[in-house]
Amino acid sequence: MKMKYLILLALFACIGNSFAQQTPASKQTEAVTIVGATAHLGNGEIIENSLIIFEDGKITQVMDATETKMQYRGRIIEAEGKHVYPGFIAPNATLGLVEIDAVRATDDEDEIGSMLPHIRSIIAYNAESKIVESMRPNGVLMGQIVPRGGSISGTSSIVQFDAWNWEDAVIKEDDGLHINWPDSFTRGRWWAGEDSGIKVSEDYQEKILKLEEFFASAKAYLAGNNQKTNLAYEAMKNVFTGDKRVYVHVNAKKEILDVIDFKKDQKLEHLVIVGGYEAHKAIEDLKENNIPVLVQRPHDTPNSDDHDYDFPYKLAGILHNQGVLVALESSGSMERMNTRNLPFYAGTTGAYGLGKEEALKLITSNTAKILGIDNMVGTLEKGKTATLFISEGDALDMRGNILTHAFIQGRQVSLDTHQTELYERYKKKYESASK
Amino acid sequence: MKLRLLLCLVFLASLQSKAQEYFPKNDGVKNPQTNYTVFKNAKIHVSPQEIIENGSFVVKDGKITAIGKSVKEPTNSIVIDLEGNEVYPSFIDLYSSFGVKELKTAQRSNGQPQYQASREGYYWNDHIRPETKAVEVFSYDDKAATSLHKAGFGVVNTHVPDGIIRGTGMLVALNPAGSEGERILKDRSAQYLSFDKSKLSHQSYPTSTMGAMALIRQAYLDANWYEKGKSENKDLALEALNRNKNLTQIFATDNLLDALRAGKIGKEFNINYVILGDGKEYQRMQEIKETGSTFIVPLNFPNAYDIEDPFLAEHLSLEEMKTWNQAPANLKMLAENDIPFTITTHDLNVEKDFRSNLLKAVKYGLNKEDALAALTTTPAKILGEENRLGTLKEGAWANFIITSGDYFDKETSIYENWTQGKRTVINKIKTNDITGNYQLKLEGKDYKLNITGKPEAPKASIKSNDTKLGAKLSFSNNWMNLLLSSPDTTKTAFTRLVAKIGENANEISGTAYLSDGSETRFTATKEVSTKTAEAEEVEENDDEEAKEEELREIMPVSFPNKAYGFSEMPKEEIILFQNATVWTNEKEGIIENTDVLVKNGKISKIGQNLRAGNARVIDATGKHLTSGIIDEHSHIAASAINEAGHNSTAEVSMEDVVDPTDINIYRNLAGGVTTVQLLHGSANPIGGRSAILRLKWGENAEDLIFEDSPKFIKFALGENVKQSNWGSRSRFPQTRMGVEQVFTDYFTRAREYEEARNNDEDFRKDLEMETLVEILNSERFVSAHSYVQSEINMLMKVAENFDFRINTFTHILEGYKVADKMKAHGAGGSTFSDWWAYKYEVNDAIPYNAPIMHSQGIVTAINSDDAEMSRRLNQEAAKSVKYGGVSEEDAWKFVTLNPAKLLHIDDRVGSVKTGKDADLVLWSDNPLSIYAKAEKTLIQGKVFFDIEKDKELREEIQEQRSKIITQMLQAKNKGLKTQPVTKKEEQHIHCNLLEEVH
Repeated sequence: MKMKYLILLALFACIGNSFAQQTPASKQTEAVTIVGATAHLGNGEIIENSLIIFEDGKITQVMDATETKMQYRGRIIEAEGKHVYPGFIAPNATLGLVEIDAVRATDDEDEIGSMLPHIRSIIAYNAESKIVESMRPNGVLMGQIVPRGGSISGTSSIVQFDAWNWEDAVIKEDDGLHINWPDSFTRGRWWAGEDSGIKVSEDYQEKILKLEEFFASAKAYLAGNNQKTNLAYEAMKNVFTGDKRVYVHVNAKKEILDVIDFKKDQKLEHLVIVGGYEAHKAIEDLKENNIPVLVQRPHDTPNSDDHDYDFPYKLAGILHNQGVLVALESSGSMERMNTRNLPFYAGTTGAYGLGKEEALKLITSNTAKILGIDNMVGTLEKGKTATLFISEGDALDMRGNILTHAFIQGRQVSLDTHQTELYERYKKKYESASK
Repeated sequence: MKLRLLLCLVFLASLQSKAQEYFPKNDGVKNPQTNYTVFKNAKIHVSPQEIIENGSFVVKDGKITAIGKSVKEPTNSIVIDLEGNEVYPSFIDLYSSFGVKELKTAQRSNGQPQYQASREGYYWNDHIRPETKAVEVFSYDDKAATSLHKAGFGVVNTHVPDGIIRGTGMLVALNPAGSEGERILKDRSAQYLSFDKSKLSHQSYPTSTMGAMALIRQAYLDANWYEKGKSENKDLALEALNRNKNLTQIFATDNLLDALRAGKIGKEFNINYVILGDGKEYQRMQEIKETGSTFIVPLNFPNAYDIEDPFLAEHLSLEEMKTWNQAPANLKMLAENDIPFTITTHDLNVEKDFRSNLLKAVKYGLNKEDALAALTTTPAKILGEENRLGTLKEGAWANFIITSGDYFDKETSIYENWTQGKRTVINKIKTNDITGNYQLKLEGKDYKLNITGKPEAPKASIKSNDTKLGAKLSFSNNWMNLLLSSPDTTKTAFTRLVAKIGENANEISGTAYLSDGSETRFTATKEVSTKTAEAEEVEENDDEEAKEEELREIMPVSFPNKAYGFSEMPKEEIILFQNATVWTNEKEGIIENTDVLVKNGKISKIGQNLRAGNARVIDATGKHLTSGIIDEHSHIAASAINEAGHNSTAEVSMEDVVDPTDINIYRNLAGGVTTVQLLHGSANPIGGRSAILRLKWGENAEDLIFEDSPKFIKFALGENVKQSNWGSRSRFPQTRMGVEQVFTDYFTRAREYEEARNNDEDFRKDLEMETLVEILNSERFVSAHSYVQSEINMLMKVAENFDFRINTFTHILEGYKVADKMKAHGAGGSTFSDWWAYKYEVNDAIPYNAPIMHSQGIVTAINSDDAEMSRRLNQEAAKSVKYGGVSEEDAWKFVTLNPAKLLHIDDRVGSVKTGKDADLVLWSDNPLSIYAKAEKTLIQGKVFFDIEKDKELREEIQEQRSKIITQMLQAKNKGLKTQPVTKKEEQHIHCNLLEEVH
């Protein structure tokens, strides 16, 4: 009896407390018309006084409101003075794979082993993560969920951030293979009494060879005539057909040039550089070989005392302005909770060489192109999925990034979070105390 | 034959002494020696300044009995004619571990840290070992002595290089034939100290330099107290420390900042340490001089880096490049600045590098007299041995070297090294010179034989017609052995030539042993050398001479001596900012079209259309002028963050470990930050004292510290102090329940301490308790790292029980839950804008925290705790506009005026107000905007960051880098040694990295 009571109490506590996530919105049934907002299309263009209509989860109209005599459809949202953006996309993220960094039991981002193309992030993706829901109030509505560690970390998938479970969340399943390229320099193991500085790595070439051998073996296996199934090789199938893009996490120039050779040797159609700290030293090679870069988060310090203090701020601009296809990613220290700052990373690149609308591309249309989902998302264009939001002001600036509405696939999603609930709860506490 | 006899006699001569000899002898009859040895016709360097040309001196019983232009030769003299040679006093090394075997690291008992001392009857800390005596473990090391002899050394001051207070060293003569009884000149010559722990114990404390500094101070205080007979227990370490008080105190350091830190402790306790430096003293000459110390300087110049691979060169910083470039000029600069110094062989391959590096220093401007003084008279004086060591004079030890010429001439050979009248032959004085070009006749064939190099180490090359043959020459004791390969390259066959060389080497003849085993005679006749032959020689020879490096241009020292360092420090200016939007943080609010005049480091006038006078006018139209950003919680510019050896470390101070060379100072300036509180980490409930710093890039550590800083200390609560997120399980506390008891216990003791202290003059002064008493008396403020509401509440209750207040809760991520209680208590809150989810205790952290605390009337600040975020604190403040709708004016105060209030410095900084310090930032845009850039950052009226100057500095960095890279490539192509490139990785330090508890 007492036990039952306790369980009941515990249940109530859970519901009343912070364990409840926001309920995913249901399918769009009514058309929505947003009128009067400044529309930032994500492709560099702006429509000052815009008219945007979406139905059944798809955008059906994006145009100048002053020129149109069209009938508004369905629910009308008056948005004069506000701004509409396509939903921001966070590539190379680990959202939903770890809940609390320090609690190992909540950590599912890094499997043991080194060649793991068969390891799939999607099945571990926690659609109900409290950190995932905290993306939405900042306009970050989609992400590529990527496993970490190993030489080939595994296979990523692209999700949207309002779902009951991972299956519902999927935008593109098993979209990419992630490789951590070896470093041509290694760090001394200070705990073993070595100098902690960087030295030339003796096994750099060997590590590349291992990758090449793995690719060759997978290719031979996939040619057929095998007695037994090899899961790792099977997972490489779409890599060779070009359906699974290859993301190589690499930073230094020499390594980048080696990666470019790797792309040629393996005849990979889509290869993306992730990180790319020295990508600006290989711009011509990257362009020639049609390789885009997911630039590491600009809110970071330079790697060396000698580098410009603003180098991480301006790297994306340098690449973009010289014709490399660039988007921003947010990996690094405390990356999951920090991913909601993606719009401000873009804002910073806007201040350092790009301007606002070009900067916006780095978290919308360019990201979609690089991830291969630009047929669905990334811009406010007719036919695209209605994943977009309305902000009070400039969404790339902290002061303006205040969302009033967000839609994923046309569904108006909750902008509440574990954090806003606590905010409301304690605001009320103090309000009632002062009455 | 005659020579050998002479040698014998000389050896015997010095065994006798005036004092009565009392050792029994059972292996023969007594062998008294009363002969004299007279050295004649030498150029004698009596001292660095005094030379006797063609002088003589007399040695008996290991000492000099007479010296001069001409001396009386006693009849029972052995005479050594040194015509054409020079004599120098042999060298003295003050910092050595000669004859002391390397200690083995103690075994660890279990995986857990050790908090108690291993020893009983000694000090409470195992790393204080003043009772250690080098003389007890010393044993003469022949091999090491030989190397030192070759370099010219005669006496070393050796010690056991282990621990923080290391005990006494001993002064040893490198007498090759004496007994220890003769060699030991002093058995307690000096006391040694360092900041490094003993290998003989794993006792945790101290884990940091600031801990080591606090420990040394406490040990001094305790020794003083112990001397008064107040201790109830025996402490052999403190007794030894008292015994060693009057000895020379030598402080070993391995970096420039530590050397200055040693000087700081010396000043506090009125001890003039002799400081072992690291050879980079030139980078902070002024401060080095102010220590008043004599420096012991190593000669370990870095080798050029191996940068032929340009990818590798990228990893090398300008700082490392400059250090390579400048190091050889260090001694010259020390001498020019009248800083007393000696030279040590420490950290050096003596035989290989000592002389060549010393000569290099001379090449880079060190004058010879200063070099000699540093090796002879200066160390002798420090040891109080100037009458017996360092100069050649009557009554001094006969410690000298004989050279073929000027010691500082590369061509000069060291012949002999005499210590206490005992000879070590290094090169034979009478070596016949066989260098030259010869016509070699062998088995009827003619060869060209060229012998080059120093007479005692010649090298050979040989040609048959125009074919070069392999040749290996060895030459010793006037016997020449020459190995030749066959001119027929298809064969592996060798011919060996052997000849004894007479004084006249114009013709060499001897026996040739042919490859078939037969013997025949050969002759080699010297040719009269011609210029063309010599020229040819230089061209094809890759010997020492060709390898010699060109004199490189030495880069100017900048402050700090790295990228973005200033070659000239910013000067105080009169500046008029015209037509700015000024964020005053005062009741005037944000005012447009306003002028601000800066004068004498202060904000002198604020108004419209101010007269420029002689001010530099800066057009600030369209720009925003604010007071500088203040970061309440920072860990930049520090050499250490945590003293984790105890659960309370109130005795340590961040002011001891300020690192003014941290590039993050410059980067913070570029983000508009002018003041930070450098906090101790969060490894323990009671952490160390803070340092409040002005980010005056380029200035020294002491000058960064805010004048008349209010006193602060770091406390910490929660997961870090419980050591939840790593393996440690043995240190109290392991729960939040225990954390409360740590505070209660320490404050109870502090109260008792204060009472007892006030009633007893001879009370033992405890640095930790003194700090806690300051807290109890509200003379020192607490900044407490805190997360969850229970612990915040707890700490306020503990403080209230002891009748003081917590000044600031820092991090305070659940401050919003107890804002009313904080307000009632009177605490401020300094928090992150939006960090959460990195630990379990930040699960309920919300970005609305600052707005709620602010709305409840708490002085609220936003801090960084991170070198990356601190340079964007303006943006972090802007997040309070987004989350919680704080007004822009108030949000801006979160990173300026409010932290100034929390730090009790708002009377001087934190707003744009007439009379306040001109700590100002000129922004390109609204400072809360993501698009804003800091264009100028001023501290006390000096421009420490200027976006235009930054461009110049970038160019300068590129220029200097490429210059030095060229120099290094040259060095490498001359065949000089190179070293692999190593690059220190940057690491961000903040409270919340699991591996780094801050």
